[in-house]
Formats: sequence, structure tokens, C-alpha cells
Amino acid sequence: MTTPAFPLWEVLIRSRNGLAHRHVGSLHAADAVLALQAARDLFTRRGEGQSIWVVPSNAITASDPQDKAMLFEPTASKIYRHPTFYEVPDEVGHM
Amino acid sequence: MATTSIRVRETPLVLYLLRRADDALVLGHRLSEWCGHAPMLEEDMALSNIALDLIGQARSLYEYAASCEGEGNDENGYAYLRDAPQYRNLLLVEQPNGDFARTIVRQLLYSAFADPYWRAMTGSSDATLAAVAAKSEKESAYHLRHAAEWLIRLGDGTEESHARAQAALDLLWPYTGEQFEADVAERELIELGVAVNPKGLRQGWHQTLATLAERATLVLPQDGWMQHGGRSGRHSEHLGHLLTELQHLQRTYPGATW
Repeated sequence: MTTPAFPLWEVLIRSRNGLAHRHVGSLHAADAVLALQAARDLFTRRGEGQSIWVVPSNAITASDPQDKAMLFEPTASKIYRHPTFYEVPDEVGHM
Repeated sequence: MATTSIRVRETPLVLYLLRRADDALVLGHRLSEWCGHAPMLEEDMALSNIALDLIGQARSLYEYAASCEGEGNDENGYAYLRDAPQYRNLLLVEQPNGDFARTIVRQLLYSAFADPYWRAMTGSSDATLAAVAAKSEKESAYHLRHAAEWLIRLGDGTEESHARAQAALDLLWPYTGEQFEADVAERELIELGVAVNPKGLRQGWHQTLATLAERATLVLPQDGWMQHGGRSGRHSEHLGHLLTELQHLQRTYPGATW
């Protein structure tokens, strides 16, 4: 089995109503419809899914790992941004 | 073959169940032959998923056949201890995988029938069959869509994929007529509302394929001489070879489990 020269797609799956789609992996497919089918066949075999998104991998603009220090380290000292000073009432449920 | 084949008391209902179960088992086995060999990983999984759906359908039907027959046979006996002339599947589903196009066309020709067939069977007067149909109908709907999308791309793809898809259609077309046959035993069940008459699905089946063929820039063959015989155990040479592999372990080590 060889990997054909088909475009790469990223797969996002929403597992339950109310939750966000979550990235689960990637696959090769010739076009969007086949990518959706392949996503169903590869990533929802154990009842994981309610909804599937597929996105061409080349449509994603990603941050440069070398920019990690500049982009992410300045937040480390700003713990006041975390909402950890509140008690969440039980009635709120899943957040 | 080290182990004697079982005898089956084929009442009309048992015969009917074995026919549908054998279709699913044999086609499921064919698709499983692609496991590890498909043209791409994604299709390897897709074909294996369809195989598992079909083998699941076969199990439900065999299980019900066993309880209807009441002779102590079980699903494993039906699958592993009947020889080719005792198998009741369509000749279409035992045809070899060939290339990817042939596998897809075979799947399409079957699923375009099985999907509306199971949907109609959800109204069966037999509650167990109606329940099996309700489960199978959802599975076959996806099998049809999967094969249909591929047919469009193969037909309307490259010169080579078009030629292969057309050749597969031409080769397998004579095996499609058998799907719409109903013999005396089956007509009895149709009159009781247990089974639906497959003849009534032929026009819709043809329309489904005609629409797809047009999108795929393929030509549907004309109906001519149709092969048949699978329903009464007269099979093509291919089934025996398939069963040799399918049954090898249980024939060699009867009752083996792991």
C-alpha cells in the first residue's frame, strides 16, 4: 500500500451536542466529499461522532514553533487571567 | 475437507433467511480480502467497515434462521459447515474483487438493490426481520453512497479509471438480474407479508444506476442474458475457492475457538 498523491485534510469531530468540534487527525482524499466519507470511516467507528468537519490542511495557517517564546511565554506570569477565583455553581453543568 | 457438512431443513423461511444471510456473508468476506491490500489506507478502512456491517447482518439472519429451523444448527454451522451447493447467495456477490473499480461496481450493483430492499423490509409482518431490516437499511444506505461517490470519480476520472469502471459494469451486469427473482418458496412469504417482492424494486434500482452512470459518464449495459442459479446452490467456480479460505480453520480444527 502506498500513499497516493492526494491532498491532506484535517478532521474535526463533535462528539456530543453542545460540545465544540475537536481535531482528531488527518487523512488523504481526492476531494471534500471523499474526505468526509473517509473521516466517517476512519474516526467514527466507535460511536465518537455527531458531526464531522473536514478542512484542507493547506487552508490552515499555523504559528511558527520558533515564535513560541514570543507568542506564549508572556502569558505565564499573568495568572489573574485565569477564572480560578470563582466558584462555579453545580447548575451551570459542563463548561 | 475434514469435517462433514451439516444438513439444513430448508423451510421457505429458513431458505429465505439463508439467501439473504449468504449474500451478506459472501460479500462481506470478499471485501475483507482487501484488508491490508486496498489502494490507500482510507479505503482499506472503508471496505473493512462495510465488510463488518455485512457480516453483522449475516449473523443476525443466521441466528434467526437457526431458531426458525430448530434442528440444532447455529450461525457458525451455517457459515463454516455448508459446502458451495448449500450456499444460497447471489452469483453477483461471489464474483472476485478484481481491481478497485470492479469491487466498487459490484458493491454498487448490490447496494443499490439492498438499500431499498431493506427499507421496504422494515414493514415486514415478521418482527425479527423488520428489526434486522431497520438496522441493515442504515448500513446499506452508507454502502450505496460510498460506492456511488467512487463510481462517479472513477467514471469521470482518468482515461484508465473510466475504462476500468466501464469494463466492470459490462462484466458484472449479467449477474444483476438474479436479485429480482422470487421462486415459489419466496412468493409464499411475499403473500404473507413476511418478504417484499424484489421485482417491484427493479425500476427504482435501474433509475438509481442510470442517474449515477450519467454523472460518471459511463454507459449502462443493455439487459441481455442474465446469469442465475446462486439462489438454488448452482454457483460460479469462484465460491468454492472463497469457502476454502473462509472455512479452512473450522474444517481442519472443528469447533476451534480462541
